[in-house]
Amino acid sequence: MKYSYFPGCSSEATGLTYDMSARAVAEKLGIELREIDDWNCCGATSYFAARELLSFAISARNLALAEEMGPEDIVCTCNSCYTILAKTNSYMAESPELAEEVNDALAQIGRKYSGDLKVRHFAEVLVNDLGAEAIAEKATRRLTGMKIAPYYGCQFTRPMGGDWDDYEFPNILDGLFEALGATVVDYPMRAKCCGGTMMLTEQDAALKMCHDLLQGAVDDEADVIICACPLCEMSLEGYQPRVNAKFGTQYQVPVAYFTQILGYALGIDEKTLGIDKQIVSLDKVLAAVPA
Amino acid sequence: MAELTTTAQKKHLHEAFCKDVMSMPEGSKIKQCQQCGACSGSCPTGWAMDRGPREVIAAFRAGMIDEILKGNTIWMCTSCYSCTVRCPADIRITDLMYELKRLAIKYDLWPRDAKAPALTKYFIESVQKHGRNHETEMLSKFMATKDWSLGPKFGVMGMKLFAAGRMPLTATDIKGKDEIRKLAEYVDSKEVAVP
Repeated sequence: MKYSYFPGCSSEATGLTYDMSARAVAEKLGIELREIDDWNCCGATSYFAARELLSFAISARNLALAEEMGPEDIVCTCNSCYTILAKTNSYMAESPELAEEVNDALAQIGRKYSGDLKVRHFAEVLVNDLGAEAIAEKATRRLTGMKIAPYYGCQFTRPMGGDWDDYEFPNILDGLFEALGATVVDYPMRAKCCGGTMMLTEQDAALKMCHDLLQGAVDDEADVIICACPLCEMSLEGYQPRVNAKFGTQYQVPVAYFTQILGYALGIDEKTLGIDKQIVSLDKVLAAVPA
Repeated sequence: MAELTTTAQKKHLHEAFCKDVMSMPEGSKIKQCQQCGACSGSCPTGWAMDRGPREVIAAFRAGMIDEILKGNTIWMCTSCYSCTVRCPADIRITDLMYELKRLAIKYDLWPRDAKAPALTKYFIESVQKHGRNHETEMLSKFMATKDWSLGPKFGVMGMKLFAAGRMPLTATDIKGKDEIRKLAEYVDSKEVAVP
């Protein structure tokens, strides 16, 4: 199985361990992730907030580069990259005028995009192309006893993932982790927003959102929150001390990328998964997994 | 922020919004808004907004676009798309919020205590320079100009991230960074200037 991989800017910084663990999991499962050569930033929410055509154009440069590599589906790990690239792809298909404008812009740099590729989220690719049972068969450790709160985040299915999961209550990873032996708690907060970059611009609002997400996991007695987006992971893991300072709470909730826990179940060593690079230690969670 | 003083200026802004929105995919759906409030009720930051998305549409219809831009609503929108997927009239409300943000930036009509426009600016500067967002550079510029208090608040976390290799000091420049610059120059040349 071969895909064109879009790592996204976070993969080189705060989201480093997501990229490390996603690549390791893919290799272990026999999935070839070919990194899109010379990819650029997807544009994120910032470009859309300032320049419409430019945001579609720089986003579409990535689609054009992927198309130059081959007809394989594009795979993103970051929710935001997925949303932006899938949205560009879908809006260009919906509006021939927009597609023409974007291709006029791409022509200035000697590129073009036909609109024929698919943009997909890594989580969906794993479950739909490989299957939870097939993945579980390759596991060397059972996650028996581990209580997981699956935090999908807002842009996991909204607004581009309606075809493969639910907007309000995504659950595509639940079955995978249950097949691996874990207990997946309800976690009704699973698709609520973490605040994202608002942690920098509107801290009071963002800290409240993170507080509610952490409290939800505590209420469900989860041992660990798993994330599918580097912004979500950063908010919940990195800003826990700020949430505690503001709300007088004592959260020490371990937060991991779903690929790190999946990789651990597949027997990949902790260093390769970047587990030692987490700020809130995962040691206790992993130590509880039966050998 | 700049002020819109004349009726003609307000009319111009109102028309710019209509023109842009109508050219967006499904943009004309805004006409179907029945003021049900599903958007405002779904919004995770609605409680912190001067007016929620439902009221934004009502205010726009009442010719009050300058009032919308003066408020904090659009800068409190996280782009979580809850309103968009719940709207019974299929209005892509998140896209409307983006359009209002663009107008506010283009016409320099945002409240000066809003910090999101600065973050947007530094994000774009970083990508235009390197082809990718260098998080550390963007953050440093933002802290230096907008909120120095983030330094002590996030200092310990920053050091832990740095130690873990998750906050690199050097940027990755893509080979095609000139292409990113050229795309911006081309789009600039196509845009209608502010009167």
